[in-house]
Amino acid sequence: MGGLITMDDLTNEEIIAILDDAERLLPVAKGELYLPLLQGRILGNLFFEPSTRTRMSFETAMKRLGGDVVNLGDVKTSSVVKGETLFDTIQMVDGYTDIIAMRHPRQGAAQYAQDSARVPILNGGDGAGHHPTQTMLDLFTIRQAHGKLDGLKVVLAGDLRYGRTVHSLSHALTRFDCELVFASPELLRMPRDIVADLSAHGAKITETEDLYSMMNDADVIYMTRIQKERFSDEDEYAKVAGAYKLHSNDLNDVKADMIIMHPLPRVDEIHPSVDATRHARYFEQAFNGVVARMALLCKLLGVSVPKNVEKEGSAL
Amino acid sequence: MMSNEHSMRRVTAIRNGTVIDHIPQGHALTVLEMLGINDKTSVPVSLVMNVPSKKMGSKDIIKVEDRELTQGELDRLALVAPDAHVAIIRAYTVAEKMTINLGEEVVNVVRCTMSNCITSNPREPLPHRLKVISRFPLQLRCHYCGRTQNLVELVKNVI
Repeated sequence: MGGLITMDDLTNEEIIAILDDAERLLPVAKGELYLPLLQGRILGNLFFEPSTRTRMSFETAMKRLGGDVVNLGDVKTSSVVKGETLFDTIQMVDGYTDIIAMRHPRQGAAQYAQDSARVPILNGGDGAGHHPTQTMLDLFTIRQAHGKLDGLKVVLAGDLRYGRTVHSLSHALTRFDCELVFASPELLRMPRDIVADLSAHGAKITETEDLYSMMNDADVIYMTRIQKERFSDEDEYAKVAGAYKLHSNDLNDVKADMIIMHPLPRVDEIHPSVDATRHARYFEQAFNGVVARMALLCKLLGVSVPKNVEKEGSAL
Repeated sequence: MMSNEHSMRRVTAIRNGTVIDHIPQGHALTVLEMLGINDKTSVPVSLVMNVPSKKMGSKDIIKVEDRELTQGELDRLALVAPDAHVAIIRAYTVAEKMTINLGEEVVNVVRCTMSNCITSNPREPLPHRLKVISRFPLQLRCHYCGRTQNLVELVKNVI
């Protein structure tokens, strides 16, 4: 395959195979085993926008597999600020590296980079567009908790309008016949074209402003931050800020195996009292970014993950 | 109501060149723009707008003298005048009838309507590519950002 620009680049079978690879790579991701599958390979990290988790987890994933990483560094001091086109930047990095992970403020930048490059591009977020590696780690976290992806009831809550994470995830969950509940303030509803597209693909969708009434039969509650930076008007933000504040007291009647996820960073949509409950999975979810990206790096570089990782790896 | 023949005669017959008939009403100026016909064009160009049409109610017509449009040029018109009739005229007679073809992709004809699309930077060198998702009704999607295009906005983005 080429790169991973949107989830449409993967079939359901490929998604499952990558999640299986990721599962086997867990001891390597945790640093318990050394397995240099990507030794001699170089990842180019091109983050044209700030990123903490995505950039660091790509770097960790590559290094855990024995590979190396070169970084674009601060955009403000790179050639981008001198007016270099994305095309030219990609031509240069393409020559230095074997694979590129990229985040860019403009939509379509990842596809554009892929069309400009010989090496595979991993889209780490393009504007309000796609973020497929986040979706893969989300799917990994869900499957890890429930042992399956099919037929789950997933509540997505908070900013469904601007959050690219929930857009990509909704599409992926629809492919696995999950039931979706979109809980958001009216102002931050899931965009109409996405709802129409999901419905056309057979999604079962409920839309509501009342998150709390939808929690008790949910298998997953996926919280998101209401992003202040998306609002030009302070008053508009004030109307919806703090719309949902999940507290451990709200979890008395939920299913025992329900998990709460969040792409992080959180503000106050999940109270710290939830952290100690059995439902909290957001920190594991952030860790899973490493293992999911390890599996994706192997897949895109054409490197097979051994069936018996314990046997192939060496103790650290 | 005037007959179709009558409306055609508003402009005299041309000796050699191209006649584009059945352009949707009000789109003739866009068609000229898409064909690169402007104040630098030296050949005679006749333009008729808002004339009655049996088939369309109202329509526009363009006649370009001494220039035979190529299939590639005509295919650019698929976005605004997909059902236009095009005739190549030689010595006052129709020498050739051409149809406009909408391929699977519209390349370097219009820019994506999404203001934050990577292609909105005019210095980026890769071609503007819109994929044809559906023909009836016409639906196009940007190859790069995936945005479904607003056709009314799109005709303002002619390259």
